[in-house]
Amino acid sequence: MDSYTLKKDFPVLDDKTLVYLDTAASSLKPRQVIEKLDEYYEKYGVNVHRGVYNLSYVATSKYEESRRKVSDFINATFEEIIFTRGASSALNLVASSYGLNNLTSEDEIIVSELEHHSQVLPWQNVSNITKAKLVYVPLNKEGRITVENFKKVLTDKTKVVALNYVSNVMGYISPIKEIIKLAHEKGAVVSVDAAQAAPHKAIDVKDLDCDFLAFSGHKMCGPTGIGVLYGKRDLLNAMPPIEFGGDMNDNVEKFDASWKDAPYKFETGTPPIAEAIGLGAAIDYLENIGLENIAKHEKELKDYTVQKMKEIGDVIVYNETSETGIIAFNIEGVHPHDAITFFDGDNICMRAGHHCAQLVIRWLEVVATLRVSFYLYNTIEDCDKFIESLKGARDFFKSVGF
Amino acid sequence: MKDIQNLYRQVIMDHYKNPRNKGLVNDETYKTVHIKNPSCGDDITIQSKVENGLVKDVRHEGTGCSICCSSASVLSETVTGKKIEDAKEITETYINMLTNKEYDENVDLEEAVVYGGVKQFPARIKCASIAWKAFEGTLESE
Repeated sequence: MDSYTLKKDFPVLDDKTLVYLDTAASSLKPRQVIEKLDEYYEKYGVNVHRGVYNLSYVATSKYEESRRKVSDFINATFEEIIFTRGASSALNLVASSYGLNNLTSEDEIIVSELEHHSQVLPWQNVSNITKAKLVYVPLNKEGRITVENFKKVLTDKTKVVALNYVSNVMGYISPIKEIIKLAHEKGAVVSVDAAQAAPHKAIDVKDLDCDFLAFSGHKMCGPTGIGVLYGKRDLLNAMPPIEFGGDMNDNVEKFDASWKDAPYKFETGTPPIAEAIGLGAAIDYLENIGLENIAKHEKELKDYTVQKMKEIGDVIVYNETSETGIIAFNIEGVHPHDAITFFDGDNICMRAGHHCAQLVIRWLEVVATLRVSFYLYNTIEDCDKFIESLKGARDFFKSVGF
Repeated sequence: MKDIQNLYRQVIMDHYKNPRNKGLVNDETYKTVHIKNPSCGDDITIQSKVENGLVKDVRHEGTGCSICCSSASVLSETVTGKKIEDAKEITETYINMLTNKEYDENVDLEEAVVYGGVKQFPARIKCASIAWKAFEGTLESE
């Protein structure tokens, strides 16, 4: 894998001074994906599933071909792939449909402080409505979810386990396969937030044996506005739709109606057609490079950068042992929002704040953090520019009296 | 690179390191407004006491970056002792200055004028305005 060549695929990076280190928020999009969106709009930009004319047939084929690509990408079957607006709406679908209809005050839901708000808040809502108890896996001293700690909260009452595969703040990989096995022994279903996993590592839902798994297109070189929910077929078919309208129904009477089978009963209205087709192009793009190569590259950049950061001093890294390309850190005594303006001045894009994960920020006992996240288009030179800027920031803020 | 020196002026750093009028009071004659910016974590509470048409006292408490915290301190010094209508005019002028709208340059913003440098950094305008917005809120019924 040659990130110098890959960089040229990304029009935003035509600006050679730009250093993009915010992939965990959203990745840049390669020309191959952008052209695919144009292709839809220019050549067959019509609705799917409805028209009995050739052009609509073409659009429908492309849309469904993309579903096929997604199912192959995570080793699922075609009917188990629901297109959503993003990982957030996929995770909400699980909670609103499965959660609200299957849980009672006798049950327990396991989440963690390491979750993105989109994984914890839907279950908080289910808990408030059904009175099912929300239980948090205690994080270990590094801030990780461990099998050992998971066992401490798993009980006969556990009905749902909702955890992340890779943390968006700490970049840790959760031992999700072991957790799923243990949860199944208690008869619980497991919903996995894979938004930070899908862009960086191969996922095999059959091997994991997860019940639900969600991810977003825009973090993996795909368009915004498209996400995926995988669900085991039997579970999906037993779940009620949460949105009603066109295309999801079968027979409609004045006081009753029936629904199509999954995935269609969960996809009402005109779907994000161009975005779904674009996601298929993104998957082709990533598979062509190889996810293992991407993961290895990111880890190398991360290790290299963390080593240099430690040499600078006055820098606190919160996740030194993480296995992926995310670095959570702060400059001693400098609020992340002050720091970020300095990096922005050097044309380095990165994130400061809560990262939509206030619980882990509180767990870290800080007001907010800075975050660097690497991807396939980042190079050692990007790391060096970041390190130089970090030194500059540290020196500048000291000089003005921080 | 934009002039970051212009943003972190001495006045700002002084108020950040040594905030004036910091700490809330438990007194019903003060009006209290709390504003939080959930995306960045800035969290500011402003209290003001108005008596005989004058802003008698302004208190502040909260967490945030240097621009946010210092601006609460500068606010408290700038508007204390002013007539309500003058305090309102200063606040409006200050916000207009930050957001690049037309503003009356004859209105004396005193030390708060240094925040004009924030204009160059659109992502930081919120940081510099949240305390003043909260103060504006405390005067709403006046």
